[in-house]
Amino acid sequence: MGNPIKSHAFEQTSPAWAGELQSLMEAYQQAGGDPASFQMPEVATLAVSGDQVLVSHDIPGVHLYSQPLEHGVRVSVVVDDGTLVKHPVHLCFGVLPMEGIQRIEADYQIGNGAQVQFLAHCSFPNAVRVEHRMNARIHIGRNSSMSYKEEHYHGLEGGVEVYPYSEVTIEEGGQFTSNFAITRGRVGTLMMNYHIEAQKDALAELVTKVFGSGDDHIRVEETIHLNGENAHSMTKTRIAVKDKAISEVTTITEGNAPRARGHMDCTEIVRDQALAANNPIVKVSNAQAQVTHEAAIGTVNRRELETLMARGLDEEEAVDLIIRAMIRS
Amino acid sequence: MTQPFFVVEDVCLKKDNRPILNHINLSLSEGQIHVLLGVNGSGKSSLAYTLMGCEGYTSESGRILLDGKDITHTRITERARMGISLAWQEPVRFEGLPIGKYIELGASESKREKVIAALEAVSLSPKKYAYRAADQTLSGGERKRVELAAIYAMQPRLAILDEPDSGIDALSITDIARLICEMAKHNSAVLLITHRPELVEMADSASLMCFGSIIFSGSPRETSQYYQNRCEPHLNILGSQPWQISLNNS
Ligand SMILES: Nc1ncnc2c1ncn2[C@@H]1O[C@H](COP(=O)(O)OP(=O)(O)O)[C@@H](O)[C@H]1O
Ligand SMILES: [Mg+2]
Repeated sequence: MGNPIKSHAFEQTSPAWAGELQSLMEAYQQAGGDPASFQMPEVATLAVSGDQVLVSHDIPGVHLYSQPLEHGVRVSVVVDDGTLVKHPVHLCFGVLPMEGIQRIEADYQIGNGAQVQFLAHCSFPNAVRVEHRMNARIHIGRNSSMSYKEEHYHGLEGGVEVYPYSEVTIEEGGQFTSNFAITRGRVGTLMMNYHIEAQKDALAELVTKVFGSGDDHIRVEETIHLNGENAHSMTKTRIAVKDKAISEVTTITEGNAPRARGHMDCTEIVRDQALAANNPIVKVSNAQAQVTHEAAIGTVNRRELETLMARGLDEEEAVDLIIRAMIRS
Repeated sequence: MTQPFFVVEDVCLKKDNRPILNHINLSLSEGQIHVLLGVNGSGKSSLAYTLMGCEGYTSESGRILLDGKDITHTRITERARMGISLAWQEPVRFEGLPIGKYIELGASESKREKVIAALEAVSLSPKKYAYRAADQTLSGGERKRVELAAIYAMQPRLAILDEPDSGIDALSITDIARLICEMAKHNSAVLLITHRPELVEMADSASLMCFGSIIFSGSPRETSQYYQNRCEPHLNILGSQPWQISLNNS
């Protein structure tokens, strides 16, 4: 990594970028974000449009560094030891034109005994041909907790390809919670790959919710290594596909230490000509570890449907309600 | 009591070639509370599903009439829209579906007020429960109350309540009794599947099911007595699941 450049765009967005920021905030709102957070000095914020950092605002204990890359930005987030961050750090990544490439190389260093939440929104509202790559390396220090909530909006064309890759290391007693959602508009192509290593007493929880339609292609790959004693993990995947969309979910959980516990829970609801697959892979190399999984792939549960139909909904309305509730919650 | 608006004539049902319901006859008037008694496995829930129109529970003979109209082959949605609804014995859970939203589904107007009134009627604080999901995190008793609240908010012409008291603690039996009375006062007919004496007493009429047949009908007191004298001794001899014995013999 070269010399990081510290950006203070929050304080000094040049007039040339003011219009861009305005548009990005509109896109941010479409993805479910609240632009007001970007006006609050007590909230750490970062906003990147294409390859431009428009906002980067630190708060005590939370430092954001960025550096230009070809088609993107290298971002580094450092949370100091013992920092309890009160307000979620707000991140906004967007590509506003119909076409474009955005590459984000992100490093998260969460010190020991820290607590931080991230609220990330990725918005490509006008995308006809947009590619977004996010390579994140996350290091969570001892007894720290990090929650990362990421919501996407890809517009209505289906012309987005996103590649969210994360490599996460959770040190002893640390916690990582991830919530990833694309539930409005089209998905396009989603190739998600998370790789987690959990040390002693660490906890990892990954929740993924995606609603695919048209010819969307969704691939979710999550690998968790429970390497430390008493490490725990949970993956919860909720995907609904309709039209000709395809969903492939592979979750791998390895129990490699005494009292390691992992659970994988996947529901995929399939309609029309859509396709769904689920591959839960369990590997256990320690006789005191345990990994379990449950999966329901296919149509909506008949009893759930009939319960709603007994209130007067027709079958289509009942399916819609069940999917929306499952995906949006 | 007024003329029956809901009539069941000679309804039969088979599952896996085994008779589950045999020539059931039943009729209900507006505001009537009718209790259905019977040991486990006698066919009470199957009758409830057949009256509601659930998939796989279509009567093979006979008719179900609502206001004289044959609804034997109508689907569950249509029956619900005509005013029939069912509170399930073991209600399913809905991930992410707020309880308030679930309750208001059947309510035709002033939904917000209906949700609040319905939750209060089953002694669940609207503040605490309306936005909570009707999912796995509810206890069995809480989920049953939500189910009753949903029926209450709907004010159907015929409410089929399948063991609304099972899994709910004794204290709240009075809540359930009050709720059923109020539904009847608003002219709902209630088909009540229960064994709780407190609930049986408040009914207008009762029937007793045994191996898929109604073997006795009369006042709640007579029917209950018949059940206690004739069925309970059998239960003691045969164990709590007598149908399994009959299966082995057949
Ligand atoms: N889907 C089914 N397939 C086969 N047998 C069934 C089915 N549902 C219920 N039964 C049988 O029908 C009988 C009546 O069951 P049910 O209506 O649940 O009784 P109750 O509600 O009185 O306890 C039982 O013997 C049960 O095993
Ligand atoms: Mg039953």
